[in-house]
Amino acid sequence: MKYMLMMHAPRAGWKDAGIGTWPQEDIKSHISFMLGFNKELTQAGEFVNAQGLALPEEARVVRAGRTGAPEVTDGPFPEAKEFLAGFWIIDCDSKERAYELAARVSAAPGKGGVPLNMPIEVREVMSAPPADL
Amino acid sequence: MNADGLNSTGENLLRELAPQILGAVVRRFGDFSKAEDAVQEALLAAAVQWPGEGVPDNPRGWLIHVAVRRMTDQLRAELARRRRETAVVTQSPPEQQVAPAPELPALHALGSTSTGVAADAADQDDTLILLFMCCHPALTRPSAIALTLRAVGGLTTAEIANAFLVPEATMAQRISRAKQRIKTSGVPFRMPMGSERDERLGAVLHVLYLIFNEGYASSIGPNLQRTDLSNEAIRLARTVHNVLPGDTEAAGLLALMLLTDARRPARTAPDGELIPLAAQDRRLWDRDAIAEGVALISQTLSKGAVGAYQLQAAIAAVHDEAARAEDTDWPQILALYGLLKRMSDNPMVTLNHAIAAAMVHGPPAGLDLLRALDADERMAGHYRLAAVRAHLLEMSGDSPAAIERYQAAAARTTSIPERNYLLTQAARLRERIGQM
Repeated sequence: MKYMLMMHAPRAGWKDAGIGTWPQEDIKSHISFMLGFNKELTQAGEFVNAQGLALPEEARVVRAGRTGAPEVTDGPFPEAKEFLAGFWIIDCDSKERAYELAARVSAAPGKGGVPLNMPIEVREVMSAPPADL
Repeated sequence: MNADGLNSTGENLLRELAPQILGAVVRRFGDFSKAEDAVQEALLAAAVQWPGEGVPDNPRGWLIHVAVRRMTDQLRAELARRRRETAVVTQSPPEQQVAPAPELPALHALGSTSTGVAADAADQDDTLILLFMCCHPALTRPSAIALTLRAVGGLTTAEIANAFLVPEATMAQRISRAKQRIKTSGVPFRMPMGSERDERLGAVLHVLYLIFNEGYASSIGPNLQRTDLSNEAIRLARTVHNVLPGDTEAAGLLALMLLTDARRPARTAPDGELIPLAAQDRRLWDRDAIAEGVALISQTLSKGAVGAYQLQAAIAAVHDEAARAEDTDWPQILALYGLLKRMSDNPMVTLNHAIAAAMVHGPPAGLDLLRALDADERMAGHYRLAAVRAHLLEMSGDSPAAIERYQAAAARTTSIPERNYLLTQAARLRERIGQM
């Protein structure tokens, strides 16, 4: 079964509250935790894809205008308190395993090595129809 | 080819022969798109059969033979289909009927007795003509890159897809659309002449430069396997230089690649952390590549027709020749960027020029030059401008402003290692001024 793990980060003030305020060593441990996590997933045969997304400064929301031309506004959605920082797609045996992996990444080390306990949204990826459908 | 069992010598042989075989088949049949498919199949057949049966005595003849057979099979099938459709065609008005392509004369004997890879002049021309086709301005850059890697580089679609981290079906489609585009734009299989030739050669060199950069920029951390793209770009640039030894920009591009690639082993820490030039352990640099690049660029510059690739290579050579970062001959680099700036209106050049100016005349001189870029819409808001300004502000001792710019750059970059690097620079400065 494939799951998408979406890592959300608080939108307000990453510069004055988030990773932008951590000491060098903490930034380094956070990065090496993420690299190690990806390596572990690969070795376990559960890694499908993972991507980090650019910070929300560059995010835009696009809607088709009346003529179908793109209408572009600054994103993410203004009401959102969090933004999608990155995601993994994993292929694992059970929902429980997906939760376990999500919890691991949620506890990535933050300032002073304290676990961040970030919210990780877990969504099952829908599959192709069965052969006899 | 990456086939099980075919050793790297066999693989290199196939890759080297690929454009020669393709050139021969296109000359015979005149259909680039179909010929390219047939050659790709012949290469795959060789990768499967040679490990077991041994490399044939005349590998070139073997490959041409197989490719021509595939091609004939395809054409025969198509002829049969066309015959079935004749009834429909004859009902169309004559002006809507498409004349069959005239058979091109076989300019050199197919399956000639020449063995091995010793390419004759016609083969070299073919390789160059193929490069001109694959890098045709009618194609988008990503299409030109993919087609060049397959038709001239002899890489499989799967290998190219893997290098660009896209699904194989996507890459197959990109290549097939590129070939369709060439077909509909009616690019003839022949050497462009005069000023068109110079322009088209410029496009070829640019595509090779992009392939190199793609490999170089992404050869970090988890993407280590993509370094193959840089090697492939160097191999193709070497081919162009061998075919056109008198072209100073082709030589300059090869030198630039060699001199840049030489630093690759020192560019990243084992955990993927980016190490800037000034902090690299220069003992890790590839001395052979530097020697070759320096010799090549010195020779080329003495010929006189100086272009942008040569100047960039000369700058890379000055960096590579400094035993320690503090030994770097910045006045010379500043002069070279001055020349480069006069030659091209590229804001990235202005950025590097500003750094060199800061190293020679102090940070205020560099910061002055950066101001011109604030009004340049290609650069204003670009993370590189913020990053360079942060660096110069730090040099001038203005830590709070530097921190702010490092963070602004981190917010805008789309490279994870670069973002990590910029965040770490900001953190380092905050620790220095005790603002935690």
